Amino acid sequence: MIEGDKAKDVIEVEHLTKRFGDFTAVDDISFEVHRGEIFGFLGANGAGKTTAMRMLTGLSLPTSGRGTVAGFDITTEPEQIKRHIGYMSQRFALYGDLTVKDNMDLFAGIYGVPRREIGSRIDSLLDRLDLMHEKNSRVRDLPQGWKQKLAFSVSIIHRPEIVFLDEPTGGVDPAARRQFWELIYEAVDEGITVFVTTHYMDEAEYCDRISMMVDGRIEALDSPSALKRAYGASSVAEVFDILARGAARTE
Amino acid sequence: MKEFFAFVRKEFLHIFRDVRTLLVLVGLPTVLIVLFGFAISTEIRNVNVGMCTQDDDTAITRLMEKVDRSEYFTYVGRYDSGADVDEAMRRGEIDAALIFSDDFSAGLMRPGGSEIAVIADATNPNNASMEVMYLSSIVSDYFREDLETAMMSMPQASSSGQVVPNLRMLYNPQLKSSYNFVPGIMGLILLLICALMTSVSIVREKETGSMEVLLVSPVKPISIVFAKMIPYFVISCVVLINILLLTIFVLKVPIAGSFFWMILVSVIYIILSLGIGMLVSTLVKTQIIATLICGMIFMVPVMMLSGMLYPIESMPEPFQWLAQVVPAKWFIEAIRKIMIEGVPVRYVLKEIAVLTLMATVIFAVAVKKFNDRLD
Repeated sequence: MIEGDKAKDVIEVEHLTKRFGDFTAVDDISFEVHRGEIFGFLGANGAGKTTAMRMLTGLSLPTSGRGTVAGFDITTEPEQIKRHIGYMSQRFALYGDLTVKDNMDLFAGIYGVPRREIGSRIDSLLDRLDLMHEKNSRVRDLPQGWKQKLAFSVSIIHRPEIVFLDEPTGGVDPAARRQFWELIYEAVDEGITVFVTTHYMDEAEYCDRISMMVDGRIEALDSPSALKRAYGASSVAEVFDILARGAARTE
Repeated sequence: MKEFFAFVRKEFLHIFRDVRTLLVLVGLPTVLIVLFGFAISTEIRNVNVGMCTQDDDTAITRLMEKVDRSEYFTYVGRYDSGADVDEAMRRGEIDAALIFSDDFSAGLMRPGGSEIAVIADATNPNNASMEVMYLSSIVSDYFREDLETAMMSMPQASSSGQVVPNLRMLYNPQLKSSYNFVPGIMGLILLLICALMTSVSIVREKETGSMEVLLVSPVKPISIVFAKMIPYFVISCVVLINILLLTIFVLKVPIAGSFFWMILVSVIYIILSLGIGMLVSTLVKTQIIATLICGMIFMVPVMMLSGMLYPIESMPEPFQWLAQVVPAKWFIEAIRKIMIEGVPVRYVLKEIAVLTLMATVIFAVAVKKFNDRLD
């Protein structure tokens, strides 16, 4: 997937701001996400993560500032952005009353995967997950960990440039979480950039770079090891505690 | 377009994987039609009739035979006095009775004439009035025939004949209640399927969080809504055909007017109901509230104010105004005109225009609300 002439950064954001009335949910943030990296987007509840993500995925327009995702402008080309990104949320994995294959067919169709390729892509995804025998099972009959892995595979079925994962591992046991992260690494190996939000600080350690949002602003952005050094902390969790202590907005 | 059809396919899968709901959707109209058509009927049948007379009179015996032969009444027996008739009615043996004056046949020839009392158990006033009406018409029929035979022998007496009202029940000569209920049930069921099912199905996506995933995808939000309407439109058409087949072949109600216009009016009504469903889905957040609004709040005006059960003309004026905005009222009126009265379409143009206008307004509001809600 990586082509030489493509830009180095998949996401570029400058002075992005979103206000709802008097309330500034996202306050003048600027950052880049490099192609092929795992970018951790951390922050306490209410820090503005969700609002920022909605702007990046083309769901809402910024009040001011500019940015591009996968080379498209977030203010003027949200429809193009939607075609070139993947998205997975913790709240909804897949349609439980449909089979694994139905779900994959649906999302492949929605994202415009060429019809003759749909079958082979589904088979290769299922092969990799070792779930070929569950192809025609209903998703609701599968264990939560499998659903999450399937949902991730479905979110990259159209081979997007970047996939947004919104707390993808909520409610999953540690073993399943580890397997999930293996899938993420595989996707990165194929050239997909990963933008992930999480509440698990051990997962933040797996990211190439992480940003920490406090009160609508990005207070820190670097690799986990650099952040730990800068704040004299032994873990990302400690860095997060130091930064979040000053937060005015909590839930 | 391709993503649109991928989505339509998904909606069909949702419905076909949920066999129970599908059965309810198709089975409920069948059950309702059969129930209203046969069991819940305002017609009278198997009414037990008694008789009271003092003397043996062949004219009376022949009259009672005629009563017994009619499909509504069964002749039970003779009682000796008015008190006995009363007693039998209290015991539940009879529902109605004919009491003849003394010396009945002979009295007919005298100037003062004879008397027949028709009495009925008016615990159920509707039935009682129908029983009395039917019984008196049998009695007067009987004596008219009698009179005609008598007049044959003396034709010069014909000028002195009395005025006999000639009653005709137009469009529904047998007074079948199914003529009245079928349009009503169509109005009810089609609204239920379209509005209730569509709104619940859209709201479900919000509730489970799948809407979020869909909104991030390239599918246009408005396509999501239209894709959801297509399966319910198809099911509604199947239900419509089902109702019509039952109506024609099981209830034996003939379609007097144009089949084409009846289908067209129904399709407009279906589209209108889909719009109502979409409007509801933009206003509520949970499936339960969507069900409550469509299933209860909408059902009441459809049942009460559409003319399905009670004639609108006899309502207090404020309710009559209110009835004008109930879509089912216009639909039921149009279907009655086409199906039962069989009038040409130019007499139904007003109803068609009102339904089309309502559909346009509802859709415009729903689409606008839907777009407003997204951001």
